Amino acid sequence: MEKFTTHTGRALPLRRSNVDTDQIIPAVYLKRITRTGFEDGLFAAWRADPEFILNQEQYQGVSILVAGPDFGTGSSREHAVWALKDYGFKVVLSARFADIFRGNSAKDGLLTAVLKQDDIELLWKLLENNPEAEVTVDLEAREVRVEGHVFTFEVDDYTRWRLLEGLDDISLTLRHGEAIDEFEAERPGYKPKTLPAAA
Amino acid sequence: MPHTLAEKVWADHVVRSAEGEPDLLYIDLHLLHEVTSPQAFDGLRAAGRQVRRPELTIATEDHNTPTLDIDKPIADPVSRLQIETLRKNCADFGVRIHPLGDAEQGIVHVVGPQLGLTQPGMTVVCGDSHTSTHGAFGALAFGIGTSEVEHVLATQTLPLKPFKTMAVTVTGELAEGVTAKDVVLAVIARIGTGGGQGYVLEYRGPAIEKLSMEGRMTVCNMSIEAGARAGMIAPDETTFAYLKGRAHAPSGADWDAAVAYWKTLRTDEGAVFDAEVVIDGDALTPYVTWGTNPGQGLPLSASVPDPETDFEAEVDKTAARKALEYMGLEAGTPLRDIKVDTVFLGSCTNGRLEDLRAAAAVIKGHKVADGVRMLVVPGSARVRLEAEAEGLHEVFQAAGAEWRFAGCSMCLGMNPDQLAPGERSASTSNRNFEGRQGKGGRTHLVSPLVAAATAIRGTLSSPSDLAA
Repeated sequence: MEKFTTHTGRALPLRRSNVDTDQIIPAVYLKRITRTGFEDGLFAAWRADPEFILNQEQYQGVSILVAGPDFGTGSSREHAVWALKDYGFKVVLSARFADIFRGNSAKDGLLTAVLKQDDIELLWKLLENNPEAEVTVDLEAREVRVEGHVFTFEVDDYTRWRLLEGLDDISLTLRHGEAIDEFEAERPGYKPKTLPAAA
Repeated sequence: MPHTLAEKVWADHVVRSAEGEPDLLYIDLHLLHEVTSPQAFDGLRAAGRQVRRPELTIATEDHNTPTLDIDKPIADPVSRLQIETLRKNCADFGVRIHPLGDAEQGIVHVVGPQLGLTQPGMTVVCGDSHTSTHGAFGALAFGIGTSEVEHVLATQTLPLKPFKTMAVTVTGELAEGVTAKDVVLAVIARIGTGGGQGYVLEYRGPAIEKLSMEGRMTVCNMSIEAGARAGMIAPDETTFAYLKGRAHAPSGADWDAAVAYWKTLRTDEGAVFDAEVVIDGDALTPYVTWGTNPGQGLPLSASVPDPETDFEAEVDKTAARKALEYMGLEAGTPLRDIKVDTVFLGSCTNGRLEDLRAAAAVIKGHKVADGVRMLVVPGSARVRLEAEAEGLHEVFQAAGAEWRFAGCSMCLGMNPDQLAPGERSASTSNRNFEGRQGKGGRTHLVSPLVAAATAIRGTLSSPSDLAA
């Protein structure tokens, strides 16, 4: 995974709450067996409308998404994170994220930063007035900076460390192989097994 | 120190715990399906890793599978490739699979419990958010993403930060015609789609204890729609009776040892939850959703709300305006006057034998209304066989409903069963998101009883409307 320290780019004000993962990428796009190429599915239903904000000229090339609360609810599909990343998003800012979406983002190096809803509202206004505004997201300082404003955001220490270092979870866990062996040796015998299949 | 049920199950699975790091949790059962697993197996191959515990892993095919002509090759080549990829991955890595056409194929959350693989006190994961279903047995069960699927395949563990706990107590007794689905829709309407975020919900109280295992699974299934990672119900005699004799349930001395452990899986007297919600079960009536998230629900007797006057926060007003526009509804319309085109009975929420029985009892001797199509989709091939042994298929077919093969079907727009743009459904599934059942489709979430009555009358209805 790539390291994430700071990112500067233009941002999209998405005035919607409860952006569920079916909106981020509809199920018909989940049939692929690869891990890339999901950008065409991003917000596919909404993008069919030429007026949708992501289709507007002034917001082309954005890399930071500023969304309403409860972003990423619903289905566990990690394709939602892949679609955002494949499109070019590096950061999502919201007052509240769904747990599974946030976990998936952390695995793939997409930063989900929690801001106060008041700050999100202010950001929306700033970005609507000036779509060219350069927004800096500083993971080390836990800050979003734009046009002289500074907003602090929340991200847990462990996720922040992993993103800053670009570490992969499986390798981290495999360092504790002995602890897993010891745990397995103590598991009760009545716990079910799937193999061999029951007759 | 007294502990909650969730804390006990968590503590029994901690492989490693260190300050400032997530706990490493052992996973007892890993369920796989075709959609969220291919990239995980590819990751294993790329790193030269094996599946650590194939004997704690099981796969089936559900999301992509058609519910008609299942003996023919899947028409959509992309769906077919995804299914074939799962079969190849399972063969390559030694994982048991129940493919389309097998008697144990079906929706992964119906298959696990019916085989007796889901048991109290286990940790259960699957690359599907409705894994919360298995919490009905007092298991800690939650959905994961594809990176986590790969992690569990490789290590049989997951690094996780402890969840907070919320008690959801449903007091009193449910009235006739009020089901587990109405309970959970009322819970979500109360706490909202983000209200459970970061929590494991423990459902308790007399109305919950009286529910069958099927009903408990319906309640736990939709915990995710309140934003919660998992829902749990303490195991009791109902749980043990359901498990006894199932293919993978323990037997003999193992059964006794297991039950002795399972009986300890109750929240201790004096244990403290991080949050508590109380729902008056006596007052509940059938619930339906009017909007585009599962929290936008109301009693069937209510009317479509007014975005300008029925909500306080601007963000809720905006959400309601957008929802009514998408749903093609006018504020003030009685919910009972809403006409539907399609009724879908099925899904991991309400596709079990008890759900089919309940709907069949309502529909028996009636006809599906003119202009309405009704799809009845058993949750698994086994459920279909059991329903047919009772003659339920004949009841549905005589009423003019379609009797299908098992799968996720119209719960999500991934297989041929979809709504057309603008089409409206009453659906026993779990999500009324925009486009969930097909692009432009409009979904009202309902219980199996409301689904059956709605099919007969053609407008959102409960069985009590049929007598009138």
